[in-house]
Amino acid sequence: MSTILIIEQVLNGLQFGVMLFLMAAGLTLIFGVMGLINLAHGSLYMIGAFAAATVAGATGSFLLALAAAMAAAALTGALVEMAVIRRLYARDHLDQVLATFALILIFSEGTRWIFGSLPLYLNIPSWLAGPVALPGGIQYPLYRLALIAVGLLVWLGLWWLIERTRLGIQIRAGENDREMIAALGIDISKLYTLIFALGAALAGLAGALVGTIQSVQVGMGEPVLILAFVVIVIGGIGSIKGAFVGALLVGLTSTLGGIFLPELFKLFTDPATAQSAGASLASMSIYILMSLVLIWRPTGLFGARA
Amino acid sequence: MIRERYLNLGVLALLLALALLARLADQSFTITVLTKVVILALAAAGLNIALGLGGLVSLGHAVFFGLGGYAMGILAFHAQNFAPLELGPLTIAGSKSMPVIWLTAIAVSALAALVIGLLSLRTSGVYFIMITLAFGQMFYYFSISWAAYGGEDGLSIYIRNGFPGLNMLDPIQFFGICFAVLCLVLLFSDRLARSPFGLALNAARQVPVRVETVGLSPMRLKLLAFVISGAITGLAGALYADLNRFVSPTMFSWQLSGELMVLVILGGVGRLIGPVVGAAIFVALEQLLGGLTAFWQIWLGVILLLIVLFARGGVVGLIAPKGVGHD
Amino acid sequence: MTEPVLATHDLTKSFGALRASDGISIDLRPGEIHAIIGPNGAGKSTLIHQICGGLRPDSGSVRLLGRDVTAEGIAARSRAGLGRTFQISALAMEDSVLQNAMLGALGHSGRPWRFWRPAHADADLRARAEDSLRRVGLADHMHMRTANLSHGQRRQLEVAVALTLDPKAFIMDEPMAGLGAEGSALLTRFLDGLRAEAPILLVEHDMDAVFALADRISVLVYGRVIATGSARDIRASAEVREAYLGEEA
Repeated sequence: MSTILIIEQVLNGLQFGVMLFLMAAGLTLIFGVMGLINLAHGSLYMIGAFAAATVAGATGSFLLALAAAMAAAALTGALVEMAVIRRLYARDHLDQVLATFALILIFSEGTRWIFGSLPLYLNIPSWLAGPVALPGGIQYPLYRLALIAVGLLVWLGLWWLIERTRLGIQIRAGENDREMIAALGIDISKLYTLIFALGAALAGLAGALVGTIQSVQVGMGEPVLILAFVVIVIGGIGSIKGAFVGALLVGLTSTLGGIFLPELFKLFTDPATAQSAGASLASMSIYILMSLVLIWRPTGLFGARA
Repeated sequence: MIRERYLNLGVLALLLALALLARLADQSFTITVLTKVVILALAAAGLNIALGLGGLVSLGHAVFFGLGGYAMGILAFHAQNFAPLELGPLTIAGSKSMPVIWLTAIAVSALAALVIGLLSLRTSGVYFIMITLAFGQMFYYFSISWAAYGGEDGLSIYIRNGFPGLNMLDPIQFFGICFAVLCLVLLFSDRLARSPFGLALNAARQVPVRVETVGLSPMRLKLLAFVISGAITGLAGALYADLNRFVSPTMFSWQLSGELMVLVILGGVGRLIGPVVGAAIFVALEQLLGGLTAFWQIWLGVILLLIVLFARGGVVGLIAPKGVGHD
Repeated sequence: MTEPVLATHDLTKSFGALRASDGISIDLRPGEIHAIIGPNGAGKSTLIHQICGGLRPDSGSVRLLGRDVTAEGIAARSRAGLGRTFQISALAMEDSVLQNAMLGALGHSGRPWRFWRPAHADADLRARAEDSLRRVGLADHMHMRTANLSHGQRRQLEVAVALTLDPKAFIMDEPMAGLGAEGSALLTRFLDGLRAEAPILLVEHDMDAVFALADRISVLVYGRVIATGSARDIRASAEVREAYLGEEA
């Protein structure tokens, strides 16, 4: 167990964490402003990945593929918001869960219909391929490093958007007092569509970026969606800061737990048992983390206290 | 209210009659499909207690369905391999007997529901939904990583488990057992809803603060409802595994949690017969649309969306609109 | 002086910079109606919440029948003898009027863990619920859906649910609100008789009712009790006139 391995795993955890942040940020923003729980957020992630794979296949350009991912997800998000989602704001959470579950069925099966069941592959562009040398003699994939950078940029961008722009003022007003924004003469339904599309674009971006290191297939979005829920429960609903901290915690716990728990168990028992027990426990580690946060602070690390 | 009672009995009688007709026509596949309806209805009836009576939007009921399934799978696996199950100091021989398996399934899922309920009832609303969904995923990944019981591939059980005095290999007899269990659970649900506990739970769903103000704990009421609900869904899981003679991690999947909820909604939330009607519609769609297109779930999605947006009482709500309280 | 049924000692509660309760010490003695009045935002609701257990004070204590209940929750205080009515009706709207009253009776019985026999078949529960409904004049509406009750009838039902608990002290948060002249007069007469069963801490805006009913009145302004006394004392108090009544005149 060398220092290099530890640093590599920490970087992997950060990379996983910032990608979860892209998902969790949209979810938490949509919940904070519109009070909507959106299970179909994972579908937007998937749509981003498929759009990217299609455009990359046709043009060979990775940047165009990313742009397409964001555009496709944002456009789908805006359309769905106008057609379905806006009818759900005044409904209870059960209706929201069911309607967005229905959307998952429609999007997943629809995508399978169009693209088939075989996974698609997105390639890392040549200018981001290969390892890069870090201080201390660590070789780390440049692409994963780029993902961390993108995640941090999005975090900064969101912070700037919410704290420093006119739209941000409206979003913060919307979190506190819906009537007030209406009184300020802001077109609230346009604002909601915009926020939904923004969250969708972030999910689409995450789908394309992660689809490049995994594969692009139907059903890829929901496991990530559920992890993003864990992130939100840990960070506190409606808080971008909470989403960021929660995402990094989940990313690091999941990655480091998978590597170190079996090692830890080897200190006490034979390697084979340690490997399987460690792997089983590692698969539960983030949920145990979530449970501990719930016991300690039921509304999450940065959530409003009840 | 008379009308709803007739509808309830009518639906159950129809199910039984269809199974008996299929038996006369020697259509064992149809009996198997009807058995699936009955077992899914049972699972959804369990969820309906948490969801309909307690207002607990649990997106993690696959946990209990899966635990019930694995309770059957693990006990039967050890019995068919003649390898006792060693739990620390305890040695269990495994079992091929349905009553033993059922009790185990009920106990294990009730215990899981107690722990998950204690944690997730610390919060409410949207947190509750996310947390139950997350726990479902935890069990899913755990079952995948647990190689001793088949991991991702699951466990096959070669011969259906037995019930004293009956031949479970005969489809109609297995249907009969499942149907009897469903009727008992529905009777229990009906009594539960009208019982003092049901009265308090019903109020705890609507105005928790009122329940506290009369000196009762909404949290304890909801926790117990969650445990009862989980235990019933766990029992359904054991039967479902026996129907397929197979368990796998998909019984823990989030899709299954979502589908259980869809069954309740299709039929009508909080309606006694809702889960049965929902399960019948779901399986019928699967059989009919599934024969026409591989993508039948698109249409399921569209139907569900329309029901949520425009027909909130589900199918039972359309047939027999809800009256005032049960006097 | 008789031992008070309910007493707060130096209750203090702040929300950020706002002191909603600023050292409130009041008590409720057997047989009396003690009214709390004060302008909007004076901290009446905050006080009620702290007395009933929905809100923990920053400091100070609440004693019920001589026992410190400050650390206890809403349910425990209800079981110990508080009967509360809500300013904004907290009733199970989907259920019948009788079911709401039976919930109170069930709370009083302390036996909700019964799963088989219908609640309606429980003669004790039913008798207690029906009796309370009869007393507030809702006997004819027992089988109505609560959501279909008029505003005034909901206030009556609030009182009926509190009655089923046989409380040692009533806490009533604006029971007259929205009742209309006739309803107010009826309820005033009812509360007048009720004080013999258990004393009533009454938060109320209807000054006619307050001055007609209250044995004592406490005036709450900016989280502080500025005066406590009989109706005559309060009417005469210069401080009260200036701080409160003066504003309305």
